[in-house]
Parts: sequence; structure tokens; C-alpha cells
Amino acid sequence: MSEPIIELHDVSKAYGGVIANRAVSLTVERGSITGLIGPNGSGKTTLFNSIVGYHPINSGSIRFDGREISQLRVQEIARLGLLRTFQTTRIYGKMDCMHNMLISIPHRKARYFDMFARERPEVVERAEQLLAFVGLYEKRFLRAGSLSFGQQKLLEFAMALMNEPTVLLLDEPTAGINPTLINGLLDRLKRANAEFGITLFIIEHNMRVIMNTASKIYCMAHGELLAEGPPAEIQRDRRVIEAYLGEH
Amino acid sequence: MTLFVRRNLPFLLIFAMGAVAPFLFPDISNEIAVLWLMILFASTWDILGGQMGYNSLGNIFFFGAGMYICAVVQIGLYYDVGMYTSGARTTHIVFTNAQYFTGFALGTLAGGVGAAVLAVAAGFILFGLRGPYFAIGTLGLAIAAAELISSWEWVGAASGISMPVFPGAPETQKLFFYFLLFALAFVLLIFLRWLYSTNFGIALNAIRDDEEKAEAMGLHTRRYKRTAWAISAAFLGVSGAIFANMTGFIEPRDIAFPTTTFNLYMVVMVLLGGKGTLWGPVVGAVIFHTLKEVTWTYFLGWQYVALGLLIVVTIVYFQQGVVGWLMEKYPRRFLPRGTQQPDQRAIGLAPQPEGAE
Amino acid sequence: MQHILGNISILTAAPVLNLGLLIDGVLIGAIFALAAYGLALVWGVMNVKNLAQGDFIMLGGYITWSLGRHGIDPLFGVAIAPVLLAAFGYVVYRLIVCKVITRDLFTSLLATFGIAIVIQQSLNLVFGPDTQSADAHLPVWQVAGGMITLSAPRLVGFALAMLLAAAVILFMKNSRMGQAIRATAQDARAARVLGIDTEKVYAFTFCLNAAICGAAGALVALVWNVQPFLGTTYSIRLFVIVTAAGIGNLPGVIAAGFGMGVFEEFGGFLLGAEFQQALIVIMLLGVLAYRQWQYLRVRQAVQ
Repeated sequence: MSEPIIELHDVSKAYGGVIANRAVSLTVERGSITGLIGPNGSGKTTLFNSIVGYHPINSGSIRFDGREISQLRVQEIARLGLLRTFQTTRIYGKMDCMHNMLISIPHRKARYFDMFARERPEVVERAEQLLAFVGLYEKRFLRAGSLSFGQQKLLEFAMALMNEPTVLLLDEPTAGINPTLINGLLDRLKRANAEFGITLFIIEHNMRVIMNTASKIYCMAHGELLAEGPPAEIQRDRRVIEAYLGEH
Repeated sequence: MTLFVRRNLPFLLIFAMGAVAPFLFPDISNEIAVLWLMILFASTWDILGGQMGYNSLGNIFFFGAGMYICAVVQIGLYYDVGMYTSGARTTHIVFTNAQYFTGFALGTLAGGVGAAVLAVAAGFILFGLRGPYFAIGTLGLAIAAAELISSWEWVGAASGISMPVFPGAPETQKLFFYFLLFALAFVLLIFLRWLYSTNFGIALNAIRDDEEKAEAMGLHTRRYKRTAWAISAAFLGVSGAIFANMTGFIEPRDIAFPTTTFNLYMVVMVLLGGKGTLWGPVVGAVIFHTLKEVTWTYFLGWQYVALGLLIVVTIVYFQQGVVGWLMEKYPRRFLPRGTQQPDQRAIGLAPQPEGAE
Repeated sequence: MQHILGNISILTAAPVLNLGLLIDGVLIGAIFALAAYGLALVWGVMNVKNLAQGDFIMLGGYITWSLGRHGIDPLFGVAIAPVLLAAFGYVVYRLIVCKVITRDLFTSLLATFGIAIVIQQSLNLVFGPDTQSADAHLPVWQVAGGMITLSAPRLVGFALAMLLAAAVILFMKNSRMGQAIRATAQDARAARVLGIDTEKVYAFTFCLNAAICGAAGALVALVWNVQPFLGTTYSIRLFVIVTAAGIGNLPGVIAAGFGMGVFEEFGGFLLGAEFQQALIVIMLLGVLAYRQWQYLRVRQAVQ
């Protein structure tokens, strides 16, 4: 349970003249819920983007399950079991929820002619179960684009679960959700981690959420790693508090 | 039995109408044959444009490629192509019936396969481009083909190639090619209905809705894109081969790669009828072709100006097309079978689970 | 193939000819650069890829040619065509373009393509399919023992193109509207918040581009020739220039414009005039392939 599933060593990424990440090193333990916090502009989403292959890194190494992935492309990394959700919640808007789920099955072993198959009943059933898990079963034939923002976030989450990932990178999963519904989402996150064994690496701005969910937290500021440790320590860390002064 | 009829009603109607049309309206059977070609054009364009979100302005490339490949095979099996197409030809060319039909069959097959191969190759170059760049790139491909063939002596350059003559009476010829085009279009529609009901259809739509998301979920997007274009190209190539023999003469700029006519019609027809639906392209093709045939002569030379205006008006004011408009007006009729009516859910008859609003 | 090798040997045998081609290429390239700048402008400000750019140019050219036919010195076309084209551009903008700016990119592409067809076919119907050129009765000099031809129309065209480009650039830098345009290009929403009327900016930009096309067209009529369907070739040519240089890269666009002119002069000489359109289209595919290869290195696709 304590081997690292993701290891970053001295990862640096610069855009033009701006250094978004500078020599960031961290590890995410298998099966854990790990948090990534930091004020706006500290480079958290850039780091996520680097991990999932959205852009190349300038230097450093990224290992997933012991394997170097910094040169791989997004699809290849996703097929290895490393998924992410987006800050702006991306789903397939013109298709209904069921189809969104069906296309989210894992593709790692997909052979050429699997493209032309119709989904087996077990797969359909699993999709329905996951939709029920997030509370969207009744809406499963509605166009995904017509769902409310919170519902779309839940759909995106269900789609991610459908893909049977090993690790899920969540970019601000509670942003824009009605505070009264955050508990429901958190509950599902924890269940996904406990029941499905999915490692979670979460960027969060909501301190209450992340302190109560994660077992280890990394804090970034100005593109660099500032502090790391269990929630209790991070909360008391002076550097973290100073970094956030003016933010909260 | 009635369930089968109800589920396949449009297909049965089309089959019936298509089968009897050349006998009911022998004078315009060529125009109706072209209508089937238009339906094929629209439906193949829609695979990429409407279902997958890749708007191609150069699909005509595969039509022309199939045409030329077929011609080369049809002639080349029995005679030297270079000699056949050269102006200084002195030997008298004759094809026996067997030669004609074997050549035609093999040529058509080669045209379809060749076009599909070209699509895979084109995909390597062009699928890294998105949106407008893809459109312009494909347009460039079609224009490049027209220009390059125009200067290639071996296939007749700009003078084109006279196809082997069909052995049979004009009446038989008309019916033969009519039913070929009809059959091809019909098979395409049935094939597409099946295709769109499989994972392939869902994947295409996912690529259209958000390709980056599909990649981030591990979808083999390149596989789907290549296959979709290959399917599209194969049907276009075969239709090109048939069309070549139907008209008896092929030429690069106006017949094989007509970038400003057939090529554009594809796009307009789908826009008119409704992108991304099975019947939208068909409806659009019927409306466009019928309208065009009826009004063409009245335009006194301004036809193409009218075409340009039609494109502009459709894209600006009527982009969802007929079927799209119908789907907006009567959404209930388009819900999948076996679902509850939305009102019941809204009223709250089903218990609302916590977490969803 | 043989005549290509033959042409290459001519060039190596008489190096002076290379100079002639280079000069011609630069002179023509100035006009390309001017028109490409207009295309990049509309593209950068409104994200509209104007496929009708070449046809606007042809319109300007035909206006100039018509002046010549009515006894007016076609040189005046350089002043008159921009005005008429700007008015035409305004009508096109109001009726069509302003409605497609906010939609997806294929919509604006297809809309301008439709406009291109309308213009091409109308020109064909009104003026006929023959190639025309406007004669300003300016001298042509033979230099270097007859190996280089310096035509005054080309020199004048070059000078005017450079002048116009300079005028536009100065305008963009110093005038209020110019600054408003640049602000809107960077961030339309921010510009609106700062009180800039982006609607007016878009309209003005489109009309400015139309005027630039009018001027370029006038020069094309004087220096080269016009034909109703030549517009597509120009559109592709300019698209290649802007794509190769990158939209925000003004000096790059101008340099690419000159480069295009030189490339076409040499290409036309080596391969023969029939290959002109083929050459341009191959360049297009080449530029797109290059762009894609560039993006492959950053693991993304060309948007």
C-alpha cells in the first residue's frame, strides 16, 4: 500500500519565458488519496497536464507504476490506467449519458474489430450501476449537454470510473458545485478509493474538503513545491499559510 | 411481420420507389440515377463531417481517384494504357463483352480498394490538422489531384480518357447503371444504419464532441478516423468507377475532381438536410438535387452564383438543416425506444437520489 | 522532367537570369505580402479565415481594368478600388460575416467560401472568362544585355505596395482605431470591458482588409493579370504565407510574402507556367505538413 504509483523527479516546465513548474519532485502512494494545493497560478494544473502527457516537459522524469511516461502521448498514458478529469468538466455534449458511459470503457485491450461490436449486456449493466452510483440513473437518456453543471461533473466522474483507472487525477472536483452537495461528491470519491481501489490525486481549493479527504498533501507556490505532509502538519505550516495570505 | 415493416419502413419505401422509378419515369432515369449518386455523396460526407466532426472540402478526391484507378485497370488489363490514351493511337481498340465486364468488375473493385488505401495515406498527413486547417488541406488535396492528373500524359492528361464502350443498347445501358448506382446507395444506407448502431458510431460522435477528451480517455482515435475515412472513400471510389462507365468519358478537372460542383454539393446537401443523422443527408440530397434539376435552366447562367448564395444562406441561417430543425421542434419523437417520458422525471415521480440536483 | 533539367542548366549558365528572377520575385512578393497582411489581420482579430481574399483581390483588379477600358488611367485604380472594395466589404460584413464570427470555425470558412463562389461566378458572367490586364502605358527596360527585364509597372507596383503596407502599419500603431484593433485581437472580452466597441472594430477591420485587397488587386491588374477564377489561387497562396509565418508574426508574414514571390518566380521558370496552381497547392500541403510536424513535437494537434 505504500509503494509509489506516481513518481515525479525534478519536473520542470516553462512556457515561453514563464516557468510554470520548477524542479518539482513528489510521489503518490498506491491506493491513497493525495492532495495538491496552492494559490492560483502556482502551477498545479500545469503539473497535472505534464503528468498525463498533455504537453512535453522541459526536464525531469515522471514514472507511473515504475514506468517512464514523460515521452508518451495522452492516449497511451490513459490506456495505461492514468486518467484525469478536467477543471472545465468535459463530457460529450451531444450524446446521451448512456453513450457517454459506453464509450468510456477501457480501451487498453481493444482489438481492431472491437470497434464494430455492440456493447455486451454486462457492460451496459455496469454503466447503469455507475450512473446510479452518482445519482444520474434517471437521466441516463438525456443529452449530456443539457445536464446542469453539477450533474455534468458527476457524469465526468462516472465516466472516469467506467474506464477502470488505476489512478485518477481530479482537477478541482468540487469547484462550482453547490456546497450542500459537496458531501455527496466527497462520499463517492472516498467510496471509489475504498471500494474500487483507485488512487486519487486531487487538486483542490476547498480546504475543508481536502483536509478531510487526503492522507497526504503537497503544497505548491510560484511553480515550486513548498511543503508536504499529512493534513494536520500542512494546516499549521507557516509557509503554506503565508502563501495563501491574500487568497483566503 | 408488421414489426419488421414498421422498423424498416423508410428502407422499404426507398427500395420500392427506387426499383420502379426508371420504369415509371424513363425520360429522367439518368437524373434519378444521379440522385442516388448525390445521396451517396451526402451520406459519405456526413460520416466524416456530421458524425465525426471533420469537415472535408476535398472528398471528391476519392471519387476521382476511384474513377481513374478503374479506368487504368479496365483498359490496362487488355491494352497498354499509355498507348490507349495517347493521341497518336493507331491500333483499333475493341473490347469483347467478357473483357468489358471483367474489366469493369475488377476496375470497380480496384477503385474502391485503391480509394480506401489513399484515404489511409491522406489521413496520415491530414488528420493531425483540426477544424479549418483540415478543411483547407483536403481542398488542397483535391485541387492538387486535378492539377497533377492534368499533366500526367499516361492517363491522358487534360484531355482525359475515353472509357471502353458499354456492349449493349442504350436502353440497357441506362438501366444497368441506374440499378448499379441505386444498389450502391441502398447498400450504403443499410450499412450506415448498422455502423452507427455499433460502438463505432458512438466513438465517432465522441471524437466530434470532444476529441481531446476521447484521447484522454484512451480511445484509439486514429483508428476510428482512418477507418471512417477509408469507408467513406471506398464507397466514393466505387461510385466513381461506375460513374466513369456511365458517362463514357473521364477528365480531371470537370468530371473526376470537380472541386466547385460535386465537391461542394456534398457539403450543402448535408447542411440542408441535417448533419450527423442517418436521414439528414438523404433528405438534403433529395431536396437539393430536385431543386437544382428543376430550376437550373431558369437561372440563365447565374446558377453558380445562386449556388454560392445558397451555401452562404444555409450556413448562416439554416445550419441545423431539415432534420435538425425537426428534431428541435419535436424532440419527443426522436427519443430512443423504451425510455420514460421526460415529464414524469421532472415532476418527480421517480425518487431523486441525493447528490444530483 | 527533361525540360526542368534544361531550365536548371539555363539558370546555371547565365547567373544574371537568377538575379532577374529574384528581382521579379521580390517585386511581386510585395503585393503578396500586402494582401497576406490583410488576411492575417482579419484572421487574428476576428478568427475568420477569409477564403474569399483572392476573389476580393480579383474584384479590385477588375475595377481597375474597367477604368482602363473607360479611358481613365488605370493607375487611379489604386485609389478607387480600395474605396469601392471597402464599401463592398462593409455590406458583406453586415449581411454575412458578423453573423458567423461567434460560431465555429468551419461555419465562417464555408461562409467565406460561398462568398468566393458568388464573386467568381459573377465576375465570370459579367466580364467573361478571358484573362485581362490593365495597361498603364509605363515603360519597360531591358537591362544587363537583355537578360533582365525591369518593367516600370512592377517597380511602381512594388513601391506602392510598400507604401501602402507602411501606411497600414503606421495606422495600426498610432491611431486610436488601430490600437483598438490590436486590443481586440489580443482579448476581445477585455477590450469590451475597457469600453471598446468590438462590433465597430470588427466591421472596420473587415473593411480595411477589403480595401487592402482592392489596392492589391489594382496592382495585380497593372503588374500581372486578372481572371475570374484566379482568385482561388491567390487565396491559397496567401493562406500558405500566413500559415507558414504564423498570425501574430507581422515581419514573418511580410518576409514570407517576399519568399513566396521569389519561390513562384523560380518555380514558374523551372517547371513551366501550367504548374503554377499545382505548385501552390503542393506548397499548401507542405506547409500544413510542416505545421503538423511542429505540433507533433508538442504532443498536440494543429488547431
